[in-house]
Amino acid sequence: MAQDTTEVVGELTEQIGEGGGMPQLDFANYPNQIFWLAVSLVIIYFILSRVVLPRVSSVLAERQGTITNDIATADELKQKAVEAEEAYLKALADARAEAGRIVAEAKLEIQAELDVAIAKADAEIAAKAAESEVAIGEIRKGALKAVETVARSTATEIIKAVMPGAGDAKAVTAAVKSQLKGA
Amino acid sequence: MAEDILGAGTEGADIVSAGPEFHPMEQFTLEPLFGGHAINWYTPTNLTLWMGVAIVAVILLLVVGTRRRAIVPSRTQSVAELAYGFVYSMVEDVAGKDGLKYFPYIMTLFIFIVFSNFLGLIPLSYSTTSQFAVTVPLALLVFFTVTIIGFVKHGIGFLGLFWVSAAPLALRPILAVIELISYFVRPVSHSIRLAGNVMAGHAVIEVFAVFVGVSVFIAPLAFIGIVGMFAMDVLVAFIQAYVFTILTCVYLKDALHPAH
Repeated sequence: MAQDTTEVVGELTEQIGEGGGMPQLDFANYPNQIFWLAVSLVIIYFILSRVVLPRVSSVLAERQGTITNDIATADELKQKAVEAEEAYLKALADARAEAGRIVAEAKLEIQAELDVAIAKADAEIAAKAAESEVAIGEIRKGALKAVETVARSTATEIIKAVMPGAGDAKAVTAAVKSQLKGA
Repeated sequence: MAEDILGAGTEGADIVSAGPEFHPMEQFTLEPLFGGHAINWYTPTNLTLWMGVAIVAVILLLVVGTRRRAIVPSRTQSVAELAYGFVYSMVEDVAGKDGLKYFPYIMTLFIFIVFSNFLGLIPLSYSTTSQFAVTVPLALLVFFTVTIIGFVKHGIGFLGLFWVSAAPLALRPILAVIELISYFVRPVSHSIRLAGNVMAGHAVIEVFAVFVGVSVFIAPLAFIGIVGMFAMDVLVAFIQAYVFTILTCVYLKDALHPAH
């Protein structure tokens, strides 16, 4: 223990002898340190002010410029896109209008054709109807005649059968005629 | 604050110095690179080496990384651009538009400190920003530059910085004295904050590292301590570079717009 204490004391005195154990307070070395500090600072200053700072500031400015340009270009492109969309929509609307017009025109044409066709068909139908009426009239006439003939001959036969010798053909015919007229 | 940490560090050293190989501050010793003991003002030392490494790293990340000037950046170019944008907006926000004239100088400070801090975290490296001989000149550089800018821009009107016109007239002389003192304390806190934080982190890691060798039972705890401390030092490395830079911007703002 005593030994230790002596050692400690000895070391302390030694340290104090060396300048309190703090090399920072060894003023004899200050000129050396200050000299090399000045050298280093001057070198760093020249590296920074001649090379690094102009370079970095130009890079930053260039980047800023590029970004601004890019944004401007993007705006321009966006404007173009909007214009293109407008043109597209306009073309679409035009096409739609054109289509509408064509449809209306076609409808009108078809209507006209249809009208003509209907009129034609009506005329044909009317003609056919008239023809048919005539035919029907003839048939009716033929039928009336046939009825008269049948009635006369039937009446004559009946009279012949019921009362033979009674009456003559002329009277029968007249009677049948008057009967048919009355009917 | 930083001095407290320092004090704690040296006390710790005294208490545990029973172990013969306990030298948490040894890592900060300046040594000539090519043998010998004499350190003249021009002697290349381990500090020179690690400042050189920092310069190489700056060239690799910021020059080689941006060599393609790509519109769509690669990963390294993104980092370079981030660093640029980070400091640029800091200067613009804090010091204002007219502070942008001094952006290259502030960028130099930030890049130097942030690279030195991170390179100092590499095991067995030499932490240049742990040296008061490095941070004090940096802080004095800022102090004198800002003061000269203030007087050149505003002449004697720059002294309005110390004359708090918003305060009652009776208080103003007293406030002026306080403001004056705080103005001259700026380079002190500015430099000691940076060196103190970096040094304290490294010293604590060294203390934990010694404990790893002390006993098998303490070793895992000490190892966790090293990992935790290292993680914190990674944060500190960035935060202190940020703090140094933003304070520089604040001082610059005071010089450009001294009116309260």
